[in-house]
Amino acid sequence: MRDWRYRLGEHRGTLLAFVFFILMFAVYASNHPAGFTANVVQTAANKGVLLALIAMAQTFVVLTAGIDLSVGMMLVLTNCLASAIVLGAPAMVGLGVAGVLLAGLVCGAINGAIVIYGRLQPIVTTIATGAIYFGVALAIRPVPGGDVDSDLADAFTGRIWGVVPASLVALLVVVLVIWIPFRRSAIGRAAYAVGSSAAAAYMSGVPVRAASFLVYVLSGLIAAVGGLFLTFITASGEASAANGGSYTLFSIAAAVLGGVSLFGGSGSAIGAIFGALMFRTIGDLLFVFDLEPLWQPLFQGVVLLAAVCLGSVRLFQIRNRLDLF
Amino acid sequence: MKPPPMTTRGAQWRRVDPAVATAFGCIILLLLLGSLYSSRFLSPEYLLQQLKVASFLGIIATGMMLVILLGQIDLSVPWVVAVGGMMSTAATGWGPIGEALAIPFGVLCGVGLGLANGIGVAYLRLPSMIITLAVNAVAQGLMVVHTGGFSPQDSSSAAMRFIATGDTLLGVPNALVVWVVVGGATVFVLSRTTFGRAIYGIGNGERAIYLSGIQTQRVVLVTFAIAGGLSAFGGILLAGYASKAAQAMGDAYLLPSIAAVVLGGASILGGRGKYIGTVAGVILITLLQSILSVVQMEETGRQIIYGLVIIAMLLLYGRERLAR
Repeated sequence: MRDWRYRLGEHRGTLLAFVFFILMFAVYASNHPAGFTANVVQTAANKGVLLALIAMAQTFVVLTAGIDLSVGMMLVLTNCLASAIVLGAPAMVGLGVAGVLLAGLVCGAINGAIVIYGRLQPIVTTIATGAIYFGVALAIRPVPGGDVDSDLADAFTGRIWGVVPASLVALLVVVLVIWIPFRRSAIGRAAYAVGSSAAAAYMSGVPVRAASFLVYVLSGLIAAVGGLFLTFITASGEASAANGGSYTLFSIAAAVLGGVSLFGGSGSAIGAIFGALMFRTIGDLLFVFDLEPLWQPLFQGVVLLAAVCLGSVRLFQIRNRLDLF
Repeated sequence: MKPPPMTTRGAQWRRVDPAVATAFGCIILLLLLGSLYSSRFLSPEYLLQQLKVASFLGIIATGMMLVILLGQIDLSVPWVVAVGGMMSTAATGWGPIGEALAIPFGVLCGVGLGLANGIGVAYLRLPSMIITLAVNAVAQGLMVVHTGGFSPQDSSSAAMRFIATGDTLLGVPNALVVWVVVGGATVFVLSRTTFGRAIYGIGNGERAIYLSGIQTQRVVLVTFAIAGGLSAFGGILLAGYASKAAQAMGDAYLLPSIAAVVLGGASILGGRGKYIGTVAGVILITLLQSILSVVQMEETGRQIIYGLVIIAMLLLYGRERLAR
C-alpha cells in the first residue's frame, strides 16, 4: 500500500483518541479496588455509551461544518417520551421504541429543514429549536418520573454471556447500521465534501442540500437512541434544562477530543466515540485515586482545557504567518 | 472621490436597518398585545421595571455582541456571570476594604477568565466555541472548590444592592443608568475608535485587517477580556438584585444573550451589526419573557413560544443570501 501515509493522516485523530482512551482505561482498571472485572467494565461501559451516542449525534452535523446545540434537548425530549410510552405488553413496547426513534427523526428533520431550506445559521436555529424541544419535554413530564419496561432495560444495560456489556454491543450495532453505511455511501462522502468546502462541492455537482439535511436527521435519530438508553439506565424521565445543556457541551467536547474538526470535513464518528469514552474515564480516574469529589469538576475542566490546547500544536508547522488567519 | 453628502432626514431614515426596525416593531406589537390583556402593560412603572430587568441581560449581551462582531462566540457566559457574582460577594465578606473593592474585584475576575478565552482564540488559534467551553468548565470547577472548600459569604454588599435595585433621579432605576453608560461607551468605541473599526474588520476578514497593519491578535484578546468583564459585571448586578450569589445564577443568560444579539440583526458570522439592534433584541426578549409569565403561561408554552418567536423573526430578516 503506497498510500499508507495518507490513510494514517486521515485517521490520526481517531487513532490518538483510541490510544489515549486505552491508556487511561488501563490506569483506571488497574487501580480500581475491585480490579479488572466484568462488573467494572459493565458499569464503565453503560456510562460511556450514553456519552458516545450523543457525541456521535453531534459528529454527523459537525462534519458538514454545522453545529447542533439542540442535541442535549433532543436527548431530554426522547428520554421523557420513552419514560411515558416504552411500557406494557411486548407489542406496545416495540411501538413505543419506534415512536421514540421517530420523534428523534422528526426533531432532526425540523432542525435540518430550518437550517437548509430556511437558510438560517445552525447555531441560532438549534438554540431556538432546543428551547422548543425542551418545552415539549416539560409538557410530557412536568415532574421527574415515569418508568420503562424493565426486561428491555436489563437486556440493554446488562451483560451478554456474563462477560460482554450489552451496551457496547448496542453501540457497535449503531455504528454498523448507521455510521458505516453512511461513511461508505455517496451521500456520506458528499457530507464530508460539504464540510471541506460547500462552494466547491456545489460546483462539482455534489448533492449539497440532501447531504446537509441527512446529517441533521441522523443526528436526531442517534440522539433518540441516546435518549432511549438514558431511560434504560435511569428507568425514569426528567425534563431538566441543566442536563440538556451539559449533554450538549459534552457532545461538542467529546467530538473535539475524538479528532473531529469543528471546521468540518475531517474526523469520524468512531473517533468521537473514543473521545467520549476518554472524557468519561477522566471523571472516573478521580474516583479511583480517592481525590475529593469537590475537586472533580475543576480537574475535568483543566483536563478539557489542556486537551483542546493540544489542537494548537499545528501552529508549529505554519511557515507563513498569514496562514494563521 | 467626493465625500458622501451630508445626511438629510430622509437619508437617515433609509439607513435604518430592516432588522432593527422589525425588532422595534415587534416590541411595540408585544406591548399592544399585552395592553389588550391588561392596561398595566403601558404604565410607566411597568416599563421602567422591565427596563431595569433588561439592563442585566443588556450588559451581558453587550459583551456577547462584541465577541460575535469578531466572528467568534463566547459560551463561557454562564460561569463567568456566576464568578462575577460569587467573587464579589465573597470579597464583601473580607472586611471593610473587601467590601469597598467588591465590585472591581468581581469584574477583574471576569476579565481574567476573558483573557484566558482571548489567549486561546487569538494566540493559540483555537475555535472560540471550544476554548470558551473549556474555560467555562474550569470556572465552574473553581467555583465548586471555592464554595465547598472556603464557604464564602454569599450575600451582596450595600453598594451592589444600590446599583442593582436603587433609584436615583425621577425614579429611573440605577441599573438602567449603568446600562446606558455601558451602552454609550460601547457605541463610542465601536463607531469612533480604531479599536472599534478593527473589531468590525476582523469579523469581515482577519487577513486583510492584519495586512493593513492592525495587531489583530491584540484586538481579539482585549475584546474577549472586555466581554469577560462585562459578563462578570452582569453577574455582580444580578447578585445585587437578588441580594445573594448562587452557583447556577448565570445559566439562564447564555442563550438569551446570543438570541438578543442575533435578533438585533447582527450576523453570527461577524462583522455586521449595530448596538441599537442589540438593545432592541434585549428589550424584545425581556418583554416576551415578562408578558408570557404575566399571562401565566406554563413554562412549557413559554419555552415553545420563545423558540418559535426567535425562528419566525430570523426567517423574516435573518436569512442568508443564497450563495452561488
